[in-house]
Amino acid sequence: MRRLARRFLRNPGAVVGLFLLLVLALVALLGPGLVGDPLEQNLLERLKPPSPEHPLGTDQLGRDVLARVVHGARISLGVGFGVVLLASLLGTAVGLLAGGLGGRWDNLLMRLTDVFFAFPSLILAMAIAAALGPNLGNTVLAVALVTWPIYARLVRAQVLALREREFVEAARALGAGQGRILLRHLLPNALTPVLVQASYEVGAAILTAAGLSFIGFGAQPPTPEWGAMVAETRNYMAEAPWAATAPALGILLTVLAFNLLGDGLRDVLDPRGR
Amino acid sequence: MAAYLVRRLFLVLFVGVGITFVTFFIAQVVPTDPAVAALGENAREEQIREFRERYGLDRPLLVQYGIYLRRLLALDLGRSLRTGRPVAEDLKEFFPATLELSLAAFLVAVALGLPAGVWAALRQNRSPDLLVRLFALLLGSTPVFFLAILLLDVLHRQLGLLPGPGRLDPYLIPPPRVTGLVTLDALLAKDLAAFRDALHHLLLPAFVLGSASAALLARMTRAAMLEVLSQDYVRTAWAKGLAERQVVLRHALKNAALPILTLLGGLLGGLLSGAVLTETIFSWPGLGRYVTQSATSLDFPAVMGVTLLVGVVYSLLNLLVDLLYALLDPRIRYA
Repeated sequence: MRRLARRFLRNPGAVVGLFLLLVLALVALLGPGLVGDPLEQNLLERLKPPSPEHPLGTDQLGRDVLARVVHGARISLGVGFGVVLLASLLGTAVGLLAGGLGGRWDNLLMRLTDVFFAFPSLILAMAIAAALGPNLGNTVLAVALVTWPIYARLVRAQVLALREREFVEAARALGAGQGRILLRHLLPNALTPVLVQASYEVGAAILTAAGLSFIGFGAQPPTPEWGAMVAETRNYMAEAPWAATAPALGILLTVLAFNLLGDGLRDVLDPRGR
Repeated sequence: MAAYLVRRLFLVLFVGVGITFVTFFIAQVVPTDPAVAALGENAREEQIREFRERYGLDRPLLVQYGIYLRRLLALDLGRSLRTGRPVAEDLKEFFPATLELSLAAFLVAVALGLPAGVWAALRQNRSPDLLVRLFALLLGSTPVFFLAILLLDVLHRQLGLLPGPGRLDPYLIPPPRVTGLVTLDALLAKDLAAFRDALHHLLLPAFVLGSASAALLARMTRAAMLEVLSQDYVRTAWAKGLAERQVVLRHALKNAALPILTLLGGLLGGLLSGAVLTETIFSWPGLGRYVTQSATSLDFPAVMGVTLLVGVVYSLLNLLVDLLYALLDPRIRYA
C-alpha cells in the first residue's frame, strides 16, 4: 500500500490532480460560507470587471461571479460523485450478476447492457430530464442511467477472469455458497478497474451534466450551476468575458483534476495500461 | 462468416427495438399530457380528445407500443407532435446536416489526433510528447460548449477570420439539394463559391465537435504506438537501417492499428450524438437541434426516431469495425 502511494506521488500529473481536488473540495465544503449570496442581484453593478470588491467581476444581473462559482463547485462535485455512485452501484451489480450467474442470465443482462451502451447518451439524458422535469436531481439520475453499462462490462470481464482462479476454487471447496463467493471473493477483487474508471467518470459526468444544464435540461437559472451560468452569460462575452469564463474554468479545472487522478491511479493499479 | 454476420445484424435489430422500448417507457413517465403540450393550455376538451385519438394516445400502453413496432417494420416512425410531419421525413431532412458535421469533425479528430499521437510516442518524455499530452489533457477537459463560445467570440466576432453560425452565407443561393451535405451538393452543382463558403462555415463547428475526440485519439494512439515500438521486430527494423518513415508506417503503425480502429468506430458514433451541443450553439439545422427542440416540447415520437436512428447507426459502425478487424488481422476469424 505504501509502495503504491509512493508510486502515485512520483507521478507529477497525479500530484497536481490530487492537489487540485483537495483545493476544490475545500472550496466546495467551506467556500459557500465565506463568499456572499450567489443570488443577490444589484442592477447598478451589472457586468463590472474584476475588482477588490468582486474579485471575478459581476454578471448581467450584477451578481457576484466569485460567489456563484464557489457555490457551483459544491453543486458540480455533488453531481459528479452522485452520478458515479449511482452508476457504479448499478453497473457493478449487473456485471457481478452477469459474470457470476453465467448462462442465460449473463446473456440477458449483457444484451440489456448493449442496448444502453448503444443509446446516444446525451439524447437519452435529455429525454429523461425532459420527461421527469429539468432539475439537478433528475440530471444525476439521467446521467447515471446512461453511464452504468461501462461498469457492468468492466466488472463482468473481471469476474469471468477471476472465476477460474484458484482462490475461488478453494472457497468453493470449503463449501462457500454462490452468493458468498460473489460478494466476498469476486467483488473485492473486481473493484480495482472500477476505481480507475470511476475517477475518470466523475469528470465525464460533470461535463455531461454541465452540458445538459447549458441547453436547459439540467439546473435551471438562477441556480449557480456552472453549465447554466455559462448559458446565462454567453451573450455577454463581448462586454464581460469573465462572467462566462469563470464558471467554464471551474468545469475545466475540475474535470482536469479527475482526469489526472485517473491517469495516476491507472499507472499505479494497472501498470500494463500505459 | 455469414452466420456471424446474421447473428450480429440480429443483435443490431435487438438493440434498435430495445432503444425504442426504453424511450417509449420513458415517455410514459412524463407528468405533462403531450396533447396539452402540443395544443397549449387553452385547448378545448374535444380538441384534446381528437388529438389523442389521432395520435393513438388514448389506447392502452402496450397496444400503443405494439402499433409503434408494427409501423416500424414499414419504416414508419409515426408523426411528430411538434412539426406534425412524419418523423421519418423530419429525419431525412435533418440527418444530412448532422452527418456532414460529424464526418468533418471525425476528419479533424483523425487529422490532428493520429499524427500527434504518433509524434508523441516517437519522442516519448521529450518536449513534443509533453506538449501533445498537455494539449490532449486540456482539450479533453474543456467543456465543448465553452470552447464553441470562446472560438466564436475570438475568431468570428473579434478577428472576423471565420463566419458565424449557420451552414451557408444567407446572401448565397444554396446549391440544389441532392445529398443534403451542403459542401458535397455545392461540388455537384459545380458552385465553387458556395463550396468555399460552406467549407468555411463547417470549419469551426467541426473543430469544436472534433477536439475532444482528437485529444482522446492522440492519447490512445500514443499508448498503442508505445506498446508496439518497444517490440523486438521494431528494434530489428531500426537495426536493419530502415528509414524512420518505413519503420513508423509499415512496422509500427500498422500493428498499432487495431486498438486505434476500435476507438475510431466508437468516436464517429459518439460524434453523431455528441453533436447536440455544437449544433445548438452554431444554429446547425441537424438532428441535435431537432431533438433538443423535440425533447423540450415533449415530442416523444420525434425523440424516439432520433435515438433509434443514431443508436442503430452506432451499432452498425461497431459491426463494421469488427469486420475490418478480420481484414486487418488475418488471425481473427469469425465463426
